[in-house]
Amino acid sequence: MEIFQAFWDTILQRQDLIIERTIEHLYLSFSAILIAIIISLPLGIFISRKQKLAEFYIGITAVFQTIPSLALFGFLVPLIGIGFETALIALIIYALLPILRNTYTGITGVDQAIIEAGRGMGMTSSQILFKIELPLSLSFLMAGIRTATVLTVGVATLATFVGAGGLGDVIWRGLQSYNNNLVLAGAIPVALLALGFDFILKLMEKRTTPKGLKMKS
Amino acid sequence: MITFKNVKKTFEDGTEAIKGIDLHIEEGKLVALIGPSGCGKTTTMKMINKLIEPTSGEILIGGENIARQKEVDLRRNIGYVIQRIGLFPHMTIEENVGLIPKLKGMKKEEYNQKVDELLNLVGLDPSVYKKRYPLELSGGQQQRVGVVRALAGDPPIILMDEPFSALDPISRDQLQDELKQLQTKIKKTIVFVTHDMDEALKIADQIVVLKDGLIEQVAAPKELVQTPKNEFVRSFIGEDRINAFLNLHTPLLSPVTSIMDPLTEEIKTEFPTIDSTADLKLAAGEMTGRNIISMYVVENGKPIGIIHQNLLLRKLAGFEKGV
Ligand SMILES: Nc1ncnc2c1ncn2[C@@H]1O[C@H](COP(=O)(O)OP(=O)(O)OP(=O)(O)O)[C@@H](O)[C@H]1O
Ligand SMILES: [Mg+2]
Repeated sequence: MEIFQAFWDTILQRQDLIIERTIEHLYLSFSAILIAIIISLPLGIFISRKQKLAEFYIGITAVFQTIPSLALFGFLVPLIGIGFETALIALIIYALLPILRNTYTGITGVDQAIIEAGRGMGMTSSQILFKIELPLSLSFLMAGIRTATVLTVGVATLATFVGAGGLGDVIWRGLQSYNNNLVLAGAIPVALLALGFDFILKLMEKRTTPKGLKMKS
Repeated sequence: MITFKNVKKTFEDGTEAIKGIDLHIEEGKLVALIGPSGCGKTTTMKMINKLIEPTSGEILIGGENIARQKEVDLRRNIGYVIQRIGLFPHMTIEENVGLIPKLKGMKKEEYNQKVDELLNLVGLDPSVYKKRYPLELSGGQQQRVGVVRALAGDPPIILMDEPFSALDPISRDQLQDELKQLQTKIKKTIVFVTHDMDEALKIADQIVVLKDGLIEQVAAPKELVQTPKNEFVRSFIGEDRINAFLNLHTPLLSPVTSIMDPLTEEIKTEFPTIDSTADLKLAAGEMTGRNIISMYVVENGKPIGIIHQNLLLRKLAGFEKGV
């Protein structure tokens, strides 16, 4: 009970900091996700048309993905310096792959017979994209966005090392002052955010599965 | 309606799929393209709606060169049914079928009735099926919807690439009958790709036999079977079919049992006998030569039935028995 009381006190004492950092964390994560979507959704559609290029682009993003996250932040500092942008760029790079890959797999996974039927019926390529390909791959896209979001919310904890704040800041302060309660006051919200988004986006993913396909199983 | 003028197609990889074909497809006819796998049936068909562009030569529809027409406009006036059905799984039957009329800019009230009519025509009750999704239908029902979808925009031409080949034999048979009936009602020009000779003989007005990117023969079913142009066409049709077809259409070669009446009473009169394996030609020869009006049909030396001159005459004259 006492432990819990101490923890609760820490939260109350530092609530301004925690709230501010949570907002920062969310702002950073969402900006990164949004920009990553803006980049990789059209790119994914584009490379699904040029399958020879696809491996190249997905390969590049996969290489970025394999760089350990802290190292990626480290690489960017000498290039761009420290601050919000550095963290943003690092997070965008991380979020690209899941979205790009899922867009690509989703669209190329649409049954070719269906697309041929559409073309043969006289649908234009944009009608095929918006009426057939995107609706049929929407749940794939959403899965990609979900993976990217969970990833980004987690990795954004490192933003504090480049001076971009976020909940990592709370954790870092706790570590420096040997205050375990403060560490937890930063770590628990990060975990909750990741779990919460995972849950919400999973629901959205289910809802975007076209009705006609749900009865398959 | 559709004319091919020395059309050739060589694919990027060098495959000479079509080596120069001339073909005229008349308006309102159901024309079957048939031939062994890889002979170029699908390629020929897809050149009609420009899913494939010919390497050289011209294709005219209604006298107009399709090379000068916009793909999308051309295709909206050509119905298209493929083997793998290709219904859009995320749209209801109603949405699938209404798509082309909608793309053509028609209002829902305008095409709604037409859609209902067509669904009824292929035996799918609109009130039951319109709100369903494709995956809630059987394969045969899905392909019926595929046919209806192709018809919904009221195109003068319909292309069908092995539309029934993935179905079970019973559904296939039914759909062939339905298509044939539909064709007599709606009078569309239908190009039908198949590799099934029975199907072609059953439904086509004209059969185009292809081999290695060239046309071997163009003929009506009866003509094709009676006078195959060469050994390839003959073997492609198959001796069995040729014989069966000839039996059906040339009564002289039908067996005597086809006009035989069963024995109803004790054999009293002394009639001459004829073997049950004999054909009508032999029977006619016997009867006229010996001036007799009835003969017993015997099998293994035992009488099994009786044939009469008047029935024989009717049959040979092309009237069916009992008419
Ligand atoms: N896109 C393509 N690129 C290269 N070659 C092709 C292409 N499409 C078809 N071919 C080749 O052209 C030839 C004719 O093909 P087509 O699909 O017209 O045959 P088909 O008569 O429809 O055969 P099947 O009965 O198997 O459907 C084949 O040798 C095939 O391999
Ligand atoms: Mg084919």
